[in-house]
Order: sequence, then C-alpha cells, then structure tokens
Amino acid sequence: MIGQGRLAAWAVGLAALVALPFLYRDPYHLHILVLILIWSFAYTSWSMMGRFGLVSLGHGGFMGIGAYVTALLWNHLGWSPWIGIPISMVAAGALALIVGYPCFRFRITGHYFVLVTLALSGIVLQVITATRDYTGGSLGYTPNRASGNKLLALQFDDKTTWYLIALGVWLFGIVVWHWVDRSMARYALEAISEDEDAAAAAGVDVTAEKLKITLLSAVMTALAGAIYCQYQMFITPDTVSGIAVSLQMVFAAIVGGLFVSLGPTFGAVITILLAETLRIGFGTKAVGWDNLVYGVLLVLFIIFLPKGILGSLLDRLKPQRKVPRAHEQEAVQIARPGT
Amino acid sequence: MGMQAFLDIFDIYLLEAVINGILLGGVLALLALGLNLIFGVIDVTWICYAELVMIGMYAMYFIVQYYGLSYFIAAPFTILLVAILGAALHYLVIAPLLTAPPINQLLATGGVLFVLQSFATVAFGIDFRNLGIRLPVLAFGDMNFSYARLLSFLAALVGMVAVYLFMTRTFTGTAIRAISQDRQIMALMGVDTKRMYLITSALGGALAGLAACLLVLQYDVHPFVGLSFGPITFLICVLGGLGNFIGGFIAAFVFAEIISLGGLFSDLEWGYVLAFAFFIVMMFIRPAGLLARRR
Repeated sequence: MIGQGRLAAWAVGLAALVALPFLYRDPYHLHILVLILIWSFAYTSWSMMGRFGLVSLGHGGFMGIGAYVTALLWNHLGWSPWIGIPISMVAAGALALIVGYPCFRFRITGHYFVLVTLALSGIVLQVITATRDYTGGSLGYTPNRASGNKLLALQFDDKTTWYLIALGVWLFGIVVWHWVDRSMARYALEAISEDEDAAAAAGVDVTAEKLKITLLSAVMTALAGAIYCQYQMFITPDTVSGIAVSLQMVFAAIVGGLFVSLGPTFGAVITILLAETLRIGFGTKAVGWDNLVYGVLLVLFIIFLPKGILGSLLDRLKPQRKVPRAHEQEAVQIARPGT
Repeated sequence: MGMQAFLDIFDIYLLEAVINGILLGGVLALLALGLNLIFGVIDVTWICYAELVMIGMYAMYFIVQYYGLSYFIAAPFTILLVAILGAALHYLVIAPLLTAPPINQLLATGGVLFVLQSFATVAFGIDFRNLGIRLPVLAFGDMNFSYARLLSFLAALVGMVAVYLFMTRTFTGTAIRAISQDRQIMALMGVDTKRMYLITSALGGALAGLAACLLVLQYDVHPFVGLSFGPITFLICVLGGLGNFIGGFIAAFVFAEIISLGGLFSDLEWGYVLAFAFFIVMMFIRPAGLLARRR
C-alpha cells in the first residue's frame, strides 16, 4: 500500500513533470526527455515479466511489430494510428501467445526460453528486412505526413504535446507495474520463479499465470514501439527490433534495477544520457562507440552489481533482511522485498 | 511450356535445393557443435557465438586481402585467433560468474555480443567486405553447385570428426566428457576443472574460427553478419536439445533443408521464417528436443 507521504511525493513529482515543458522550452532537452519517457515505458514493460525470472530477449520483436504495423497500416491503407496502434498491439499479443504457450505449457525455461525468444526477435528483424518492398528494408521507413487532421494522424510538430503524451504513457506503465505488484498474480509469479513444481502443487496455474504477464508485457512493448514511431517519424529495423534492442532493454532494466517501479526508468535516464554524451563527445565518429561502452558496462554490472544501481542503493539504505531469498541474488529475478 | 517440361525443371531445382541444403547443413552443424560443446561441458550459453564467427571472418578478410597471404595460411591463424578469443571470453567473463545464476552468465555474453559488434563497427566500419576469391561453379548434369559450399561441407565434416576423435581418443577429451557428466566429482578425482573449461572454451572458439573460414567464402562480412546465422544456430541447439551433440547434428540438417527449400520459393529470409514456424510446431510435438524420449 502506498502511504500518505509517498502519495504526496508522487503528486508533487508529477505536477513538476507536467509543468516542466511550460516553464522550460529548450527543444533539444525536451527531445531527450521524450525519448527517455518512451524508452522508460518500454523498459518498464520488459521488466514486468523480467522481474519474475521470465527473461525475454524477444521484446525487440514486439516493439518492432508495434512500430511497423502501425506505420504500414497508415501508409498503405490510410488507417489512423488510433486504429493501427490497437491492431499492432493485438498482433504483438498474438505472437506472444503463439510463442509463449508452447514454452510455458512444456516447461521451456531458463536457457531454452532465452534462446527461443532471442530467435524470435531475430526472426522479426528478418521479416521486416525481407518484406523490403513494403517496409523499406534496412534503409528504414517513414510514415506519410498527414495532410489533414493532425490529431487523427497522431502527428504533432511541437515537442510539448509529445512530451505530455510520452509522460502519460510512461505514467500508465508505472501504474500498471504497481497494479501487478499489488495483485495476486505477483505472488503466484514469485512462487513460480522460485519453484515451478511447488507452485503448481500449491494450486497455481503456472502456464496461465506466465501467459498473462507475457501478454501484458508484449502488448505494452508494442505500444512503446508505435509511440516511438509516431514521435520519431522514422524507423529502421535496427532501432526498433532485433536482438540489439532486446539486449538494450535488459541492460537498462538491470542497470536501473528491477527492484523498484522506477528502476527501468532510472536505467533509461542513465543509458540515454550516456549515449547522448558519447554521441556529442565523439561527434560523427560515435557510430558504435556508445554500444561498445554499453556492452562493457553490461558485463561489469552483471559481474559486480547484479542488482542494479537503484536496487543496490536502496539495499544500502534499508536494514538488511535476515536471509536473502535465492532468486534475489540474480540479476533479473529480483522481487520487491515485503514492505 | 507443357506441364511435363515444367515438372522436369522444377525437379531439377528441387534436387539442387535439397543438395544445397545438405551442404549448408554441414556449416550449421559445425556452429551447433561448438555451442553444444560449451553448453554441455561448462553449462553456459554463449549468445555471442555468432559474433566470434564474425570476428573470425574479419580476420580472414584482413589476412588475405591486406597482408596478401594465401587462404590456406590465413585459415590456421584465424582458427587460432578465435580459439584464443574463446578462452579469453571464458577467463574474463564466464569464470568470475561460474557460481552466479545461469541467467547472469547468459546476459553477460549478451554484453559481449554488444562489445564485439560495436568493436567491429568502430574498427572496420559498416561496409560489406568480401575476400574477392571467386571459386568456380561445379556443373553436375543440369545442376550447379558452388565449390565454396562443397569445400565448406567437407571441411565442416573433417572438423567434426576431429573433435569427435579428440573427445574419444585423448585423455583431455575423456576428462572433458567426464566433466560434462558430473561437474563436482571430477574435481575430486584430480582433474583440473578450470583448465578443462579453458580448453573447452578454446575448442569452442576454434570451431567458430573454422566456421568463419568457411562462411567467408560464401558471405560478405559486416559487423552484423552474426545476426544472420546466430538465431538459427540457437534454434538448432534448442531443437536438438542443448548439449546433445547428435541431436544438434540432425537438427542442423533439418533446418538447413527448410531454409534451402524455403529459399527456393522466395528470398533466403523467408526460409528463416519457415524454419522458425517449423520450430514452434516442433515445440508442441517434441518439447524436450528432437531426440528426447516421449514421456
């Protein structure tokens, strides 16, 4: 339960975030903030299942579907993103069910699950590249500029509007995170992540619980992809899909810490600021350097700080619990300690 | 054109695709063998395995194109280099994480994937490069096969037989197999597991290096080339059962046929999509792997 004090802190923080674009209008900084909010939402979506030990490297695929389906429906059929985004979310959800059901039903876990989802994001990238007649292949794809109603086309020119949209979507992600956190599903999923057989014996429907959280996570990730596409108005297979994007999600979530609802957001702030700093520092020679630093940091984090920055900080601040449960020592299988 | 003539041509193409599938299967089996070896012995999945192959392909490119050495001198150097890379990967990344949860090890190799890809981007740029060696095409009846594929297939077979002999005929190989059966007890019996892990990692790297020497004959090298055959290698290993050498071998040829026959009807990418669809179906039928006994 959220206490009075924390509720007040959230309210003040939110009011400040909403007021920000009206007080501060530097377009570059607003752009960075919008990117941080959209990616935070994507990382939060990933961590919804990641925190229960369901390490998916297929989320690049779901994000790609969200972005490309929305843009393709707009360009080829003239369907507004207001219709296209729900369709893309359904498509990503369907794919999640098709891949998730056999995995969960037949107990494909651990290494196997990671490799299957890894292949999934690779395949989505291949499909986008293969259908280059429609998607532009690896050269990228641009949604057509709207001639009429901007709202209907979900295309806005000013950064303030986009900032508020991204803020709303991000907040929605945080709310869903807390909703899951306080639901019965959380206890079921934590039980599953500790011992599937014991959970099943205790009456938890393992397959159904895993499918539900996977579906939710995939659908939200597709929404993140679609919003990213509408904001940037240019997508390439590499920026919204594939193994690299999936790994980027895992990396940010681990750096921030899956411990707390704001962990993935914290991860997004750190990774995007890092990437921007490197980009400005190296200039046009930055291609590759940011990912090189990412990769080295990811390895170092997993070896030395598997709970993430925010997670480790909170650990220091809180009095140590007696015995850490086994799954809390893992980089991604970290549940929130009882509060 | 009559129906009969159409069928004749179709059959020739079909046969050609089937044989090309077998030739492709050799290299895929080699990749799967390397990954399975690492998994079977050390219980780690290197998701950066295809990126090691990519580095090997660059090594071949530079030794042959830049230093002007012959292909057959470059190959042993490349195999040695990637073997050292494999051992270094184990020493620097996996060894500190040996007692950590398996998922941490796997994600750490994901970090290495990032590092290798971006290292290649920074060092070599994103241009597509090729060896510039054009091997002749072998005409057999009405069918055409490239020598590159034939050579790759044979070399892959030789590589696999060599690994088999090493694993069954030498003391080190026997010790490695013993470790894969029981990790704890072998240390008590006086086998230096750390050393065995390093040797296995180097061997896995060497197989990636050999695959690089063969793939560079057929494909252009660029920093993201690993993404074209990495996912398929993972699917092969999962379908064959991780750590199961024979399962991986059979699955490699099954997948190669699907890719080759799928590519007959359209682009190669669609072959991959078909392979993935097949994989999903197989998970329903044989969830524990191709060779698992039905419960």
